Amino acid sequence: MYSFSPTEEQQMLLDAIGRYAENDLRPAAREADEETHFPPNIIEKGWEMGVLQASVPDEYFGFGEHSAVTGVLAAEAMAYGDLSGTLAVMVPNLFVLPLLFCGTEEQKQEHIPPVIEAEWKPYTAALMEPKFDFDPNDLATVAEADGEDYVLRGEKAFVPFAAEAEKMIVYANLDGETQGFIVSADGEGVEVGQRQKLLGLNALPLFTVNLESVRVPQRDRLGGPEGHDFAPIIDSSRAALAAMAVGMSKAAFDYAVEYAKDREVFGVKVAQKQAIAFMIAEMGTEIEAIRMLVWEAAWMLDNGQREASKTAYLALTGAANMAMMVTDRAVQILGGHGYIREHPVELWMRNGRGFATFSGLAMV
Amino acid sequence: MIDFSPPKPIKQMNNVVETVAVNMMRPVSRYFDENEHEIPWDFINFMHTAVKSMGGISMAPDEKKEKKKDADKKKKKHPPIGYQRLAHMVEMLSWGDAGMYLCVPGGMLGSAAVSAAGTPEQKKRFLTRFMGDEPVFDAMAMTEPQAGSDTSAIRATADLDEETNEWILNGEKIFVTAGDKALEQSNGFIVVWATIDTDAGRAGMRSFVVEAGTPGCSVTKMEEKLGIRASDTVSIVLQDCRVPYENILGSPTVKKTTKGFKGAMKTFDATRPIIAAQAVGIARATLELLKEELEKNGVTIRYGTPRQKLTNIEREVIDMEVQLRSAWLLTLKALWMADNKIHNPKEASMSKVIGGDVVVKITQKAVALLGPLGYSRDMLLEKWFRDAKITDLYEGTGQINRLVVARHILGYRGSQLR
Ligand SMILES: Cc1cc2nc3c(=O)[nH]c(=O)nc-3n(C[C@H](O)[C@H](O)[C@H](O)COP(=O)(O)OP(=O)(O)OC[C@H]3O[C@@H](n4cnc5c(N)ncnc54)[C@H](O)[C@@H]3O)c2cc1C
Repeated sequence: MYSFSPTEEQQMLLDAIGRYAENDLRPAAREADEETHFPPNIIEKGWEMGVLQASVPDEYFGFGEHSAVTGVLAAEAMAYGDLSGTLAVMVPNLFVLPLLFCGTEEQKQEHIPPVIEAEWKPYTAALMEPKFDFDPNDLATVAEADGEDYVLRGEKAFVPFAAEAEKMIVYANLDGETQGFIVSADGEGVEVGQRQKLLGLNALPLFTVNLESVRVPQRDRLGGPEGHDFAPIIDSSRAALAAMAVGMSKAAFDYAVEYAKDREVFGVKVAQKQAIAFMIAEMGTEIEAIRMLVWEAAWMLDNGQREASKTAYLALTGAANMAMMVTDRAVQILGGHGYIREHPVELWMRNGRGFATFSGLAMV
Repeated sequence: MIDFSPPKPIKQMNNVVETVAVNMMRPVSRYFDENEHEIPWDFINFMHTAVKSMGGISMAPDEKKEKKKDADKKKKKHPPIGYQRLAHMVEMLSWGDAGMYLCVPGGMLGSAAVSAAGTPEQKKRFLTRFMGDEPVFDAMAMTEPQAGSDTSAIRATADLDEETNEWILNGEKIFVTAGDKALEQSNGFIVVWATIDTDAGRAGMRSFVVEAGTPGCSVTKMEEKLGIRASDTVSIVLQDCRVPYENILGSPTVKKTTKGFKGAMKTFDATRPIIAAQAVGIARATLELLKEELEKNGVTIRYGTPRQKLTNIEREVIDMEVQLRSAWLLTLKALWMADNKIHNPKEASMSKVIGGDVVVKITQKAVALLGPLGYSRDMLLEKWFRDAKITDLYEGTGQINRLVVARHILGYRGSQLR
């Protein structure tokens, strides 16, 4: 039975996240971008919203059950405040959720509680690689079986908080399949490189990580000796990023709408010009349509629908296009003022382009 | 709780309607495209029986039924799904043939207006005819030669003859969908918009039911069109056309309000997403055919692969799928809101904007992608390309619906953004 309204419980969570996005994330966003650093107390406050904790069952010290729908709703609401901040808050998802989806019982028992119980800590993951046609299903980083161990070799990029991380999941190509390995960040052969300087996401510390023959014992192969299916991980990542694209685009949209209602040109408000009003109508329409697609993808993931993977992929494809369209137009609606860093729209535009590239940077 | 599974009754209905689309529409689709103004009676008669057995269809569900359903709902806790069900039906029939869909008897724009604005007596008088033995049609006549998007510019007049207590209608209406079938081919009716006070602007606009056979009302022209050729689009001239006093929908007194006009707008909250459903049906037919043809020619779409690694054709198809699915979901949301009595004019127009856009883009792209095959009349693709465009024109053009969406977003009145 179709329904487009969140549960009461979800709505309560969304209200809380909405306040956090508005009162904490947004006011900090500009300075964080300039200073390339997000204040840890704000990250901690976001972590205490308990989105991840609520998707982990109590046997691993969480207090709920995983739901991709709740996850995308939360991601959307938080990214309305700031994208870098949201990605930072949700970094531990990158470590915990693959374990929850694919880990052996032992791995879950060992690795999830220390993350879930404590304050926010940078447990992270390394998926992306520095090549133009990076493909999560065809990694250049390789894993080779060597007796009871695996040996990882390759170069990773866009690894959040790698420099201060305790552990990370490293994805590598094992006989043509993308497989995860639990790796200590200070393990032998793990070389965290320079912090990356990017077009956007300046407030999120992202690093290259070089893997020089990193030896991983079999028990730290995600899913144990048999390994795991990669689909749930990449699907979850696509849904999460698509949801954040929606939230961030909504932020740019609302800002541009308010501006257009305020600014006068030729004796009327900017918004009263059809050329602008039509852009606004299309932005609003596209955001809402893609939002439904993201929700559907999440719902399909939760319900094990056959088309779930494809829909998550379509959702991110659509969200990436939509985010670029909306954030570009938001700058356009502010005119020259949109180009000035006093306004947030240029930041959203830089971040907006990233959704076509980001992979594995978020999970729900 | 957010849920994207179609309700069971819709799933069941969808299977039946698909059979109809496959067996009764597609095989004759080309014929009725090439033989404009012929009427697909076999299909119509079949649909008449089928629709009757379903208890009728309407774009504006009967209030009484709704009330009864509301009462049932409290007992059984089934939320209303009337519009969502209609959307699925329209989508599937339009997947079959968008022009033939417009030939389904009973439950077009005329009866929607009666349902929305009529009194219980009027509903009984005008709507029961759809349940008779013969198929009956209805239509809505707003547009005039000088008044399309700007409906406030209509010139048709209605004057009350106090002696006979009749309204006298005068004027010319154009582009009336199914006007011929309503007036000439069945005992149907049209709903005519006219002004009862030429100085009052929109406040003076009212709608009147004109039944088939009423003297002074005649069909004067059948248009020849780019697409949806199975559906008749006619001009109607009203010359001292007299209808009983009771045929006015809504209040006969002119107050300084635009209530009558708002009544027309209210039906848009359902009819616009229904047009979007029509658009989605054509777009889905197109995309399915495109993918089939590509597959036959050894092209498979590698979903999940980064765009940098895809061919242009793959990227085009993937983008079409995004557009189609997101447009459909927004349409469903708009109608889910209507079913649940949530104020939805913004979403209704949004779905119309995106539906019209998406089907036009998809059909245009698909014809080009299939090259000489796409351009040929051997396939229905070129027909769908022609059919598609209407969804961006009627029930408010893409521009008019953008204006509506923008006004709702900005909180503007019509005078602030025109
Ligand atoms: C096949 C068919 C079936 C139809 N069926 C019916 C029917 O059953 N009943 C009925 O009453 N009508 C019907 N119509 C009429 C249809 O609703 C109108 O054609 C439509 O509303 C547009 O009006 P118009 O053709 O006069 O264009 P115009 O109003 O002259 O518009 C011309 C162009 O200007 C644009 N425009 C107009 N106003 C604005 C504005 N304020 N801002 C920006 N752009 C603007 C329009 O979008 C369009 O691009 C039908 C039309 C067709 C083709």
